[in-house]
Amino acid sequence: MKEVLLLKCGEIVLKGLNRKTFEDRLLKNLKRRMANVADCNISMRQSVVYVEIPDEADGDAVMECAKRVFGFATISRAAVCPEKTLESVIGTAKAYLAPRFAEAASFKVESKRGDKKFPMTSTEISQHVGGELADLFPDVRPDMHHPELTVNVEIREQYAFVHAGPEPGAGGMPIGSNGRAGLLLSGGIDSPVAGWMMAKRGLELVGIHFFSYPYTSEQAKEKVFELARKLSAWCGRMSVMVVPFTKIQEEIREKCHEELFTLIMRRFMMRISERVAEEYGCGALITGESLGQVASQTMPAMAVTGAVCSLPVFRPCIGMDKEEIVRIARRIDTFETSILPYEDCCTVFTPKHPNTRPKMPKILEAESRLDVDALVNEAVAGIEIVHI
Amino acid sequence: MHYLDNAATTAVLPEAAEAAVRAMCEGYGNPSSLHKMGLDAARLLEESRKTVADALACLPEETYFTACGTESTNIALRGCAHLNRHKKGHIITSALEHAATLATAKQLEADGFRLTVLQPDGAGHILPEALEGALTDDTVLLSCQLVNNELGTVQPVAALGKMLKARCPNALFHVDAVQGLFRVPVAPKKWSCDLMSVSGHKIGAPKGIGALYVKKGLRLPPLATGGGQERGLRPGTEPLPNIAAFAKACETRKARRDADYAHVEQLAAYLRERVAAALPFAVFNVQSDVPHVQSLAVPGCKSEVLLRILSDEGVCVSAGSACSKGKQSGVLAAIGLPRAQSDCTIRVSFCPENTRDDVDALILGLQKGAEKLRR
Repeated sequence: MKEVLLLKCGEIVLKGLNRKTFEDRLLKNLKRRMANVADCNISMRQSVVYVEIPDEADGDAVMECAKRVFGFATISRAAVCPEKTLESVIGTAKAYLAPRFAEAASFKVESKRGDKKFPMTSTEISQHVGGELADLFPDVRPDMHHPELTVNVEIREQYAFVHAGPEPGAGGMPIGSNGRAGLLLSGGIDSPVAGWMMAKRGLELVGIHFFSYPYTSEQAKEKVFELARKLSAWCGRMSVMVVPFTKIQEEIREKCHEELFTLIMRRFMMRISERVAEEYGCGALITGESLGQVASQTMPAMAVTGAVCSLPVFRPCIGMDKEEIVRIARRIDTFETSILPYEDCCTVFTPKHPNTRPKMPKILEAESRLDVDALVNEAVAGIEIVHI
Repeated sequence: MHYLDNAATTAVLPEAAEAAVRAMCEGYGNPSSLHKMGLDAARLLEESRKTVADALACLPEETYFTACGTESTNIALRGCAHLNRHKKGHIITSALEHAATLATAKQLEADGFRLTVLQPDGAGHILPEALEGALTDDTVLLSCQLVNNELGTVQPVAALGKMLKARCPNALFHVDAVQGLFRVPVAPKKWSCDLMSVSGHKIGAPKGIGALYVKKGLRLPPLATGGGQERGLRPGTEPLPNIAAFAKACETRKARRDADYAHVEQLAAYLRERVAAALPFAVFNVQSDVPHVQSLAVPGCKSEVLLRILSDEGVCVSAGSACSKGKQSGVLAAIGLPRAQSDCTIRVSFCPENTRDDVDALILGLQKGAEKLRR
């Protein structure tokens, strides 16, 4: 039996004259991602994308892949009826949905008639198909209000389809439709979640990782690549910029007061990230900060770290509790990697009593002892680009 | 390279490697085959068994070859659990044990056994008094280490075994001697020990070979079924190259035992002396009972970072615990070491082939690390 996925576009259907741009982007993203899974024919008609699943392909893998493409509201895995007739619809429903009928205690039929030339109204289709199916599956009782199984019949321009109801898609907007942004990836739980949330809003991601051997290890770097790999299942291709950071950390520790260490370090990270952003056409930076979670994520601390950067800094986790962040991390499969036990750039040299209410003059005074520009230039020049 | 991580694994002794190559390239027959090459292989297998049995101070027919210490321990613990599968009962082990024991014991607990995990004293010993309070009428198994892998402390297995058998004559006593073989004399018969696990790669044999002592008369079920090798306890074609190398390593180590021990003892003394002189802030977490393993805390230096600095200096040691974001070492926590101290702990472990040069390189690396990391 021929199977297809019917993907319904999300909020881009609300776009005006530039809607076509969004649709093209969405289709391109889907095709590129699907190419890794199966050789599917993909086409779009009336804001519905059709993915034809070849006989030899793994239908579950195709479905899983589609569920991770941002921009689709719902996805239905459907059987194609050989003919656009009621008999064919009933026959297909009987064969395709038999396993679902075996599990359900009650059912109803819902129909959509996209092709208005079809000789029956959708109500008539539902009644007729429902009556026939009730005879074919006498153990499953019809229930119009709380059915366990809803048989969906869609009569569209070329074909009729039968499926057991749509599943939620990834939502959001097509990757790249809102441009590109730099994601500061530490290796912890929050930053991949922040990246995922912004990718969902149509941003293409460029990862930025600060590497300070021997304080952080090769394994910690590998872990960041693994996180980027997991993110790319949602966000498509991704590069990670590995910034050499040892010298900067050692300089700060040498010359600045301990309680300001993390703040000054983060200011360096923002400065370097902005330079990376300029170079790679990023319009914003993304961090995993959550208000008050640690000393460097208080309001005054963020004012101090954000001050060195003129690009918008997106902090999508800012209002979330750890539990909420962890829930998303588990869903996008980054959690288990994030909790691998390696020192990361945020845990080395952590001050015993960090300053949670920093004052700008003190920070500036401390930084005046460092050759900030030279340190930033040297770090940027040493960047290693890794394509995931 | 200055390799001071011999509790993790050891270099294969040249004699052992030679024996393995011979068994791989010349006498490569299957010991179960009936032609000459098979018979030769069977003869080598039984000779090797005799040599290893001699090292374990038991009979050849009490010596079973396995893949590793973990497998030996699993066969012992799960076998004992199988013998008691109907009435279940009580299992005792200690917080100092290797994961092979602790994880297996926890699983048996999930299967319905009661589990008591004895806590050590601050010096890293399981005291007989602790066992006394834990023994019950339905105790079926005690599993205890001979030498601890992180602290180098030796457990009073003879006293523990005696106490167990006095109170619960039918209970089995398993000793995990993986870190003990050729560090301290092993004597399962004197310890009232029924089962004992050892591993080849801790004494200069390759990875992939272990042995289990099973007291004569005790029948355990196998974990895997197959062609009946190792008298059915551990079926599968015998890995003769590894077995021959294990036997050769035992033979070599045995011949030099006293000289080796004295040498390692001198190295440990030299280490203490140098640490006291060059790193006055560093502390040994416990007084180890064997010189081979030393647990050293370097305050202010996170061990994970220190390890990398040492590694870049060509010195290989282990962290005494996982790093700050991971789990604390169960052993160091069990002896009541504060988290800050265990996070800064490295384990230095010697083999008889180490020299004073290795200690000097370690001290130099530690000085460099401390200079970088301590404020």
